[in-house]
Amino acid sequence: MNLKKLNIENKKIRDLIPQILTVLALLSVIIYFASNAQINMGNRGISFGFGFLSQEASFDIAFSLIEFDGSYSYGRAFLVGLLNTILVSVIGIFLATILGVIVGVARLSSNFLIAKTAEWYVEIFRNIPLILQIFFWYFAALRALPAPENAINFYDISYLTIKGWYIPKFVWINFDIFCYSIILAFISIYFFNRYAKKQREEFGKILPTLTLSLGILILIPLLSFLLLGVSLSFNYPELKQLSETSYTYENGVSIIPELIALALALSMYTATFIAENVRAGVLGVGKGQKEAAASIGLNKGQILKLVVMPQALRIIIPPTTNQYLNLTKNSSLAAAIAYPDMVLVFAKTALMQTGRAIEIISITMLTYLSLSISISIFMNWYNKKMAIKEK
Amino acid sequence: MILNNLKPTKEKINTFLPLGSAFVVFAFLDVLTNTFLNYNLTGFLPQSLSYFFPLLLGYIGLYLIRIELSGIRFLDRLNKNINSSNFNAFLTLLILFIIIKAISPLMNWLVLEANFTGSSKDDCTGNGACWVFIKVWFNRLMYGLYPDVEQWRVNSAFILLFALVGIAFFVPQKIKKYFIIFLLFVYPFIGIKLLSGGSFGLTYVETAAWGGLSLTFIISAFAILFCFPIGVFLALGRRSSLPAIRYISIGFIELWRGVPLITVLFMAAVMFPMFLPDGTFIDKLIRVLIAITLFEAAYMAEVVRGGLQALPKGQYEAAKSLGMGYWRMNMLIILPQALKLVIPGIANTLLALVKDTPLIFVVGLMELAGMIGLAKTNPKWLGMAMEGYVFAGLVFWIICYAMSRYSQNLEKKLSTER
Repeated sequence: MNLKKLNIENKKIRDLIPQILTVLALLSVIIYFASNAQINMGNRGISFGFGFLSQEASFDIAFSLIEFDGSYSYGRAFLVGLLNTILVSVIGIFLATILGVIVGVARLSSNFLIAKTAEWYVEIFRNIPLILQIFFWYFAALRALPAPENAINFYDISYLTIKGWYIPKFVWINFDIFCYSIILAFISIYFFNRYAKKQREEFGKILPTLTLSLGILILIPLLSFLLLGVSLSFNYPELKQLSETSYTYENGVSIIPELIALALALSMYTATFIAENVRAGVLGVGKGQKEAAASIGLNKGQILKLVVMPQALRIIIPPTTNQYLNLTKNSSLAAAIAYPDMVLVFAKTALMQTGRAIEIISITMLTYLSLSISISIFMNWYNKKMAIKEK
Repeated sequence: MILNNLKPTKEKINTFLPLGSAFVVFAFLDVLTNTFLNYNLTGFLPQSLSYFFPLLLGYIGLYLIRIELSGIRFLDRLNKNINSSNFNAFLTLLILFIIIKAISPLMNWLVLEANFTGSSKDDCTGNGACWVFIKVWFNRLMYGLYPDVEQWRVNSAFILLFALVGIAFFVPQKIKKYFIIFLLFVYPFIGIKLLSGGSFGLTYVETAAWGGLSLTFIISAFAILFCFPIGVFLALGRRSSLPAIRYISIGFIELWRGVPLITVLFMAAVMFPMFLPDGTFIDKLIRVLIAITLFEAAYMAEVVRGGLQALPKGQYEAAKSLGMGYWRMNMLIILPQALKLVIPGIANTLLALVKDTPLIFVVGLMELAGMIGLAKTNPKWLGMAMEGYVFAGLVFWIICYAMSRYSQNLEKKLSTER
């Protein structure tokens, strides 16, 4: 009895000692670093704090979604960088998903040539470092484009040149009403789908859900154009001579080559991983499932929609979300080709000017970290919700 | 009625097969003469029609030869693999024509019109690639700014490494252990001494001069060496029953996994020196190595954790019932099995590590991609970006493809054993 008690006590102490030691070691390292940092910053005459964020930045940013020039603050510069990071990530995710799904499905094709082509696409683009692909697109491929005066012309609407891709500018009137109409369309699609599901489950009536949903999505915004005074016109880019040899385009929107190169490389690289996920997902649905579905009389479209896709998506979505996250993190490679993303604007330019290494690097890392953590929390929730509930 | 008559069946094989094959052959002939002989067989047609003519012709031809169960083995295999439906036939033709069209400019640029001999940009007179650029800069691309006369040291360090690894595969099991210990704990110091010099009569070469492909290997080798044990400890820590250790491990792993490598490298370059006592200086390469190692260790930890989780509980209980302690249980029972399970995952992490090494350009170290960046901005060699990056891409592709094939083979081999 006594011996057993002693043993338990002993185990408690044995468990406690390594924990205390680890925490102490960690704390001492942190304190050591912090005190060094304090001394170093004192020597350089700067004190820790985030007050610099409201100081005037006095540098320009080549590409920004919101108004920015030298008179704005460092905080605003951070915001510009963050928005640019989000912009390239969203474009990259959009393109990578489309390309990845196509390549993934092509890898499963019964056509030998298509399957092989898709396989080689994956093998080639997955095994070349992303940074080299970005360099290739930016320094080699896009530099081979013509000067503005000999631009590659797409039906006089948009022009591809070495200085970037010029596209028409959208000029909206009553844009907010248009946005509301889109939101309204989605809400009505949601309620319509609920109604259709009820009809199917209670009365066995099958409504053409997809067609009607698309119809709603087109009809309601169209009504806002016709009835509520929303209108859209385009400002087409026009060639303008600046001097004897230098030309440029005016009026349109210019998509800078840095953005094109980055979006291309990111989406082509990430698409290879998404393609593998898609392939694994479709292969992961057992053959028996399809046969069982066919044997109870579902047609091909119904099998795909009701049996294969729900199960395949459960396999595809978690790793693909991870790839989206990777793409967002990889967009920080923008710093290599001077696309003004968060790392370049904030962790490089702003850091150089202010010398506040600790504050700036921590803000940058914390931004990425909070993004990752929020997505992983969402994924945990999603996985729990989607997990097959077995008894 | 007419449509029914046009349907390819076995009865009509004698008319449909020759006709269809003739159509397909003519379609390919048209594309081939167009690309390689620059002669348009269908020049008499309007230009837009002439362009799509082979596609149309081939499509009809493939339709005609799509005879089910024809009895001819070759035809059946062809139909099954590339001609199973109208859509497939169209895609087949499209892909083949694109390949034929693309191969000629590609070959011209890569080989036929490229320049291989010479010593300066002026020797590149052809329209193709200027491989002279790679030839002239080859030493720099491999060794960075390492002095030419000292490059034998880099070579011998790598030859020694490969020789040791090679021998380790063949020596008997008894000595193998000592060989591996030597490789892991003694060789790194020999290698570093050989490369940096400063004693034994070797001149000192500062790390800023290291570069090129050899730097990629050096960083990869050291990062692999260190990130593996750290990753294993982190994984064990995350599965530990002691809350303090578990939470510290989780925090550490998630911190590194949540941020891009580039910010970690920035941190190593500009933020880390602030945390050291005034006046101490840690070499840039070492700072970068620490950063990459910790970063990859976090990923390694997650891979190893996957293996640990996959092991059945019975293994732990069996080990404990034999009276094994925590460390003996993990070292002798759990880890050998868990690591074997996740060998593909480990290989993938190492592959990612190799692919991440070019990022060290942000702190001013130049491996292969960085050296190309330097070479292409040399005033004598402007406009050579394409050649440079194609070469670098090829080199990295060979390395990474070999690694990924090896890991796939390993995976197959191990999966059959179970």
